[in-house]
Amino acid sequence: MAKSSIKIRAKAKGGVTTVKCLINHPMETGLRKNKKTGKMIPAHFITDVVAKHNDAEVLSAQWSGGISKNPYLAFKFSGGAKGDPVSIAWTDNQGKSDSATAKIK
Amino acid sequence: MNTDTKRRVFLKGSLAAGTVGVAVTAGLLTPQTVLAAWPEKAFHAKKTDEALSNSLGSGTTEASDKIKIKAPDIAENGAVVPVTVSSDLPGVENIAILSSANNTPLLAVYNLGKNTMANVSCRIKMAKTGDVIAVVKSGGKLYANRKSVKVTIGGCGG
Repeated sequence: MAKSSIKIRAKAKGGVTTVKCLINHPMETGLRKNKKTGKMIPAHFITDVVAKHNDAEVLSAQWSGGISKNPYLAFKFSGGAKGDPVSIAWTDNQGKSDSATAKIK
Repeated sequence: MNTDTKRRVFLKGSLAAGTVGVAVTAGLLTPQTVLAAWPEKAFHAKKTDEALSNSLGSGTTEASDKIKIKAPDIAENGAVVPVTVSSDLPGVENIAILSSANNTPLLAVYNLGKNTMANVSCRIKMAKTGDVIAVVKSGGKLYANRKSVKVTIGGCGG
């Protein structure tokens, strides 16, 4: 498989786990024009993101094209121990998806 | 119904089924996107209250200073504006982030699990100078706070 589009860093400290993640994605709004051809660039953005800790959902998000290119997402949840898996999955408006899992450090 | 009209109906039916099939194979309608409840109405709404009522169920919000928005006062590049929303309100279920200056104000809706803290960060696009609005749903009520961000170069289209 190609290199994952998701980078995850999860850190547990004092019973609180902080998860930071970066996703590689163009996040096109569908409102931009290709300057050379003058044609509209079709919309291509992530619509749904789901984050899980130990297979239990901790955060889900719905995004629009108003989220910046190569989106960054950070959140915190209580609980979570070192070594627990945290997974993040996304789906975009063109039906593409990806997921990645990282262990809490 | 005579045989001729039946044939018409049958043709219509198979045609419709055919287009759905094509859409599925072309990847336009994968099962996931059909099942996911992405609130298209909310994200395409042009007004903030319309966007909120379509995503969080109500358009009326109560101003609250218990919601903190961390965003730059002046953003040089509107395409990347880092925003952190946190709240001291108890039992936060949803956090929505909107930008009043954008064509379609609703940017993101976060649904929090019961152990998840009301603290999310992301980077947003802003068309021009305007307010970043954070709306938090707690105990069935909506609370909102806003922060004005000055944008020197817009980040939507170009």
